[in-house]
Amino acid sequence: MSIRVDSDKCTGCGSCQPACPFGLIDIIDGKAVIKVEGCNLCEACKEACAFDAIQIEKTVQTPAGDEHRGVWVFAEQRNGELKGVGLELLAKGRELADTLKTELCAVCLGDDVHQVEQLTAHGADKVYLVNDPAFGGQFEDPYVAELTRLITEHKPEIVLAGATPFGRSFFPRVAARLKTGLTADCTGLDIDTEKRLLLQTRPTFGGNIMATIICPGKRPQMSTVRPRVFRRGNPDAGRQGQILKIDFKKESVTSRTRLLSFVADLTEKVKLEDADIIVSGGRGLGKPENFALVRELAVALGGAVGSSRPPVDEGWIPYSHQVGQTGKTVCPKLYFAIGISGAVQHLAGMQTADCIIAINDDPDAPIFQVATYGIVGDLFKVVPQLIEKLKR
Amino acid sequence: MNILVCLKQVPGTTEVKIDPVKNTLIRQGIKNVTNPFDTYALEEGVRLRERFGGKVTAISMGPPQAIDMLREAITVGADDAILLSDVAFAGADTLATSNTLAKAVQKLGNIDLVICGRQTIDGDTGQVGPEMAEVLGLPFISYVSKVEDAAGGKLRVQRLVEDGYETVEAPLPAVITVVKEINVPRVPSLRGTMKAKSAQIPTWKAQDIGIAAEAAGLAGSATQVVKVFFPQRIKRAEMIQGDPTAQAEALIGKLREAKVI
Repeated sequence: MSIRVDSDKCTGCGSCQPACPFGLIDIIDGKAVIKVEGCNLCEACKEACAFDAIQIEKTVQTPAGDEHRGVWVFAEQRNGELKGVGLELLAKGRELADTLKTELCAVCLGDDVHQVEQLTAHGADKVYLVNDPAFGGQFEDPYVAELTRLITEHKPEIVLAGATPFGRSFFPRVAARLKTGLTADCTGLDIDTEKRLLLQTRPTFGGNIMATIICPGKRPQMSTVRPRVFRRGNPDAGRQGQILKIDFKKESVTSRTRLLSFVADLTEKVKLEDADIIVSGGRGLGKPENFALVRELAVALGGAVGSSRPPVDEGWIPYSHQVGQTGKTVCPKLYFAIGISGAVQHLAGMQTADCIIAINDDPDAPIFQVATYGIVGDLFKVVPQLIEKLKR
Repeated sequence: MNILVCLKQVPGTTEVKIDPVKNTLIRQGIKNVTNPFDTYALEEGVRLRERFGGKVTAISMGPPQAIDMLREAITVGADDAILLSDVAFAGADTLATSNTLAKAVQKLGNIDLVICGRQTIDGDTGQVGPEMAEVLGLPFISYVSKVEDAAGGKLRVQRLVEDGYETVEAPLPAVITVVKEINVPRVPSLRGTMKAKSAQIPTWKAQDIGIAAEAAGLAGSATQVVKVFFPQRIKRAEMIQGDPTAQAEALIGKLREAKVI
């Protein structure tokens, strides 16, 4: 594994410099110098070099044995209700399985899960259903043990899970136990049919850079995907599928962690991540009382209230409402950004929304670069008009 | 109690800007900072030492300049720090990073609690904490919002879950990741600043922690980046003109027409 510049061939032309997405190339004394730390050998510089001066050596990983077949989707549930993200993943999983000419399976661990047949209606050929009180809560240890066991037994080539708070916490543990790769928060999944590899595309660097990642030498190939990144298909209740009930062998789980109690938080009625409509306010609101305007518009639209970071830092609204890189990532059908300038960190959390409305008095605010509709104006005049007209 | 806090140096994103013409990152003048989520991990480590005694060690895997960040960690209360830096570590995915950190934990020995931030703001995966716990075979608790007790070889914490919080208990040693709600990080103390100036921060290489070159860095990574590109921001807002009344009316009309509302 190495990257080097052949100084005999390098002319110091500098064409590789802007090609590096990570800004790791300097021209020193008329030659390109690449900082190795931070380089992931993406070959962008090599492609940009007209003199073949950049030499990259990659160890070719032994392709994984091909006894692994099938695409699996972890169908997360909470209190017996299946989460939407599992159905979304089945729609994408169906495409992948069809391309690979293999089966699509859903794995559902829960305690008395309702409407499991939804999983076959949404495309699963098989459902591995493990019903046990151990899966009643979101206590991770039994999930880690059982999913690892099922994967080891049935050897799927791909396993997908939702990048929910739960998925992001327990799924990496499964990947580490299986000593395989895991790609977080994929926004694109595709198949390299020739090599039978999963192409996993994800944003990094706050959504400013996209990277396509493969897992060539280990199986299964594992990815998480945030809710609402993929669309669920139309359910077909007549679709044939097998539901296989599996006994949970409790004694196979050695859990040193113990759950003592659970306290439900009832304050947040609409979950931002699940909301179809989100109305967010930013620094432009000026003071905490003005958040009432945002709330009122949210009520009029039947949506949830979000915020950019400054109001949270100022203590105008709790952190649970923060949308952005260090807050929540949302993908609603409709997103209102009110008095939000659109810092990169905020955009990272909301730019995949279907329809974005920006209301800001600064016509040059970056939020207008990602908005569908923009209104340049005084939010204190525009928003009350919107509320009034919606109420009518 | 021996506490190890994992830190990562990341580009300070408040300064990340996009070149609107070339649609590339403008990296000039970007300062590196401690990953914001890791500052809560460090603060919690220091608070636990204050409550239960012991020692806080800050550790980071990264380029040589990450030593500055580790020095800063000492200004806010870490007792000592270790840098894992080697060309062999470069290009590591979360699995290789976890393997490398785990080796360092094993070399240190006698660690009761490993604390990580919930995720970094550059890679954004949040995978290293849970993966390291599995590599070490230790109990793992994520999204910790409060440490209730850590005496008597046991840890009792509150952790945030989607619709509330759980109280969870685990024997030590254990690995936890913490959320922003857990504390408010302190500012550097004068004493800490003095201490940081003279602190000896060792740099450990692959051979120091006994990790084979093929298990670390790019070579030890299960995943490989095959392509990197900039997302196209071609969407340009359709601007709605007029006075506020007309703007509001036009917008609602468009949303209704598109059946968004």
